[in-house]
Amino acid sequence: MPAIYKKELKGYLTSMLGYLFIFFILLLAGIYFTAYNLVSAYPKFEAVLSAVTFVFLVAVPILTMKIMAEERKQKTDQMLLTAPVSVGSIVWGKYLALITVYLISVLILSFYPLIMSKYGDISYATAYTGILGFYLLGCAYLAIGVFLSSVTESQVIAAVLTFVVLFLFYVMDGISSFFSQKAFVSFLAFSVLLIAAAFIIYGMIKNGFLAVTIGLIGEVVLLCIYFVKSSIFEGAIQSFLSIFDINSHYSNFSNGILDITGIIYFVSIILICIFLTIQSVVKRRWN
Amino acid sequence: MRLLEVRNLVKKYGNHLAVDNLSFQIEKGKIYGFLGPNGAGKSTTMNIITGYIASTEGEVIIDGHNILEEPEKAKKCIGYLPEQPPLYFDMTVLEYLKFAAELKKIPKEKRDSMMEEVMELVKIQDVKGRLIKNLSKGYRQRVGLAQAILGYPELIILDEPTVGLDPKQIIEIRDLIKGLKEKHTVILSSHILSEVSAVCDYVLILSHGKLVAGDTPENLSKLAYGEKTLSLEIKGEREKILSAVGSLETVEKTEEVPSETESVVSLKLTSSEDQDIREEVFYKMAEIKCPILRMDMTRLSLEDIFLELTEDKEPEVQEKKRKFFMNRKEKKENKEEENNAGDL
Repeated sequence: MPAIYKKELKGYLTSMLGYLFIFFILLLAGIYFTAYNLVSAYPKFEAVLSAVTFVFLVAVPILTMKIMAEERKQKTDQMLLTAPVSVGSIVWGKYLALITVYLISVLILSFYPLIMSKYGDISYATAYTGILGFYLLGCAYLAIGVFLSSVTESQVIAAVLTFVVLFLFYVMDGISSFFSQKAFVSFLAFSVLLIAAAFIIYGMIKNGFLAVTIGLIGEVVLLCIYFVKSSIFEGAIQSFLSIFDINSHYSNFSNGILDITGIIYFVSIILICIFLTIQSVVKRRWN
Repeated sequence: MRLLEVRNLVKKYGNHLAVDNLSFQIEKGKIYGFLGPNGAGKSTTMNIITGYIASTEGEVIIDGHNILEEPEKAKKCIGYLPEQPPLYFDMTVLEYLKFAAELKKIPKEKRDSMMEEVMELVKIQDVKGRLIKNLSKGYRQRVGLAQAILGYPELIILDEPTVGLDPKQIIEIRDLIKGLKEKHTVILSSHILSEVSAVCDYVLILSHGKLVAGDTPENLSKLAYGEKTLSLEIKGEREKILSAVGSLETVEKTEEVPSETESVVSLKLTSSEDQDIREEVFYKMAEIKCPILRMDMTRLSLEDIFLELTEDKEPEVQEKKRKFFMNRKEKKENKEEENNAGDL
């Protein structure tokens, strides 16, 4: 793992990519910092951070698009995968290098509250809680980007895919408000999702019988639950979609609250995405 | 001692069978050559042995470690140069080799001296500070080779190591591979015959994912003994000579080749049996007082065997050919055993 971590970190810091990423975050944070804290003299730095979370939509694909896809295309993954290291340590090495680059920009950002303190009283605790949340949020987004980069061989597809998925997560709050709270709506939404899942299963294992069986059994179960106790479905789709609503988990941090559930949520996202990345690399060996 | 054992390897890509029930063993201290036309399954087999891709069925055991069950221990015994050298173009040669050394977990104190040695071996000392993307194909290939040798693994696997090199570089790389034999076991793949017969101690011929023959280059030529032909130039009357040759029972086929001089008859005799018919022919010609001006025996070259074995034919014919070669090999081995017993 140290070998890959060092190589990746060096790769980011000797090419444009890492600097572009840091530049992008600092640029946007700087504009908002000037507007909110310097010009309007607003004492809360965490407000700046919660305003610039959209920066990840562009910055994350820049950094993650080539992390797995490039190795596959250049066939350098043959060297990594035939070396005496596990797939897990390859993926973790790469991911840790990523969040180290990101840490550089966050460290620079953490000087901003100190600058503000020159001109008045500010709450360090809430400001640094906000920065911690911002860091974790970015790490979670980066983990998603790493996973999506491992699914494809093309950098462009990886970048677009990452942007779309991150965008969907970003507007998840709005999407879930499209649905009414009624049980029937949730039931319908889950039925559609189940059919989609059955298609995905068919696409992955090419076994029509199994996919149809899973789909049918699922639909029957949904139907039973709906008729026996339809109250379960009230607001169910909203709570399901809120799983993907990464930004709302950040809102507590941006209000200056050290939210343990939020930390657990972000760490879970990271672990799940890294796990999926490892699986997707391992799976490719069997194709 | 046995270093690598491949048992009943099968690899399917969808419906396409890339490797079909392949089994072989590799012993220490020899150079092995995988020979086969394009798409015979050479690269796939190598990728499975090194653990880059997984087989559909079968197992690979390296120095007692199963590649799937103990991947890290097994991979430690292998140095691999894939068909396309796995190089990071934005690194210098030195940076790249350092990364490879760290990846292979070579102890820090040994790292520098080992890198120097390997660079000396593949002659890339003079380009060590240059970016890999600025190197020529030949140098890139050598950097890839250096990466495979680094750490001195017991088994070095090279997939078409001389492809794309100029003749001088090819000779250099071949000499280098021969030099590796002292400390390492080498498997290399190629579709170039002369390369395999020049470098390898043992040849495995693959076709359509199957092992069609496996022996030393010399034995492979000997195996085809049955197909030997005798070409002759005999001075004398045509009818007399032909009837004399026709009376020889061991001659299976007589073919007349147009001759340059009128009084000389050119013939090609084929005998399928193992025995040498030269003496017989000589005495027969002496009997009818027709001097033999020239007589030489042509054996099938490795090239002929290769073409013969890998040619696309009906599957049954192919299978028959394969059995024929395998049987011959067994027979020969039995004979050798008998001979050995006789010596004792």
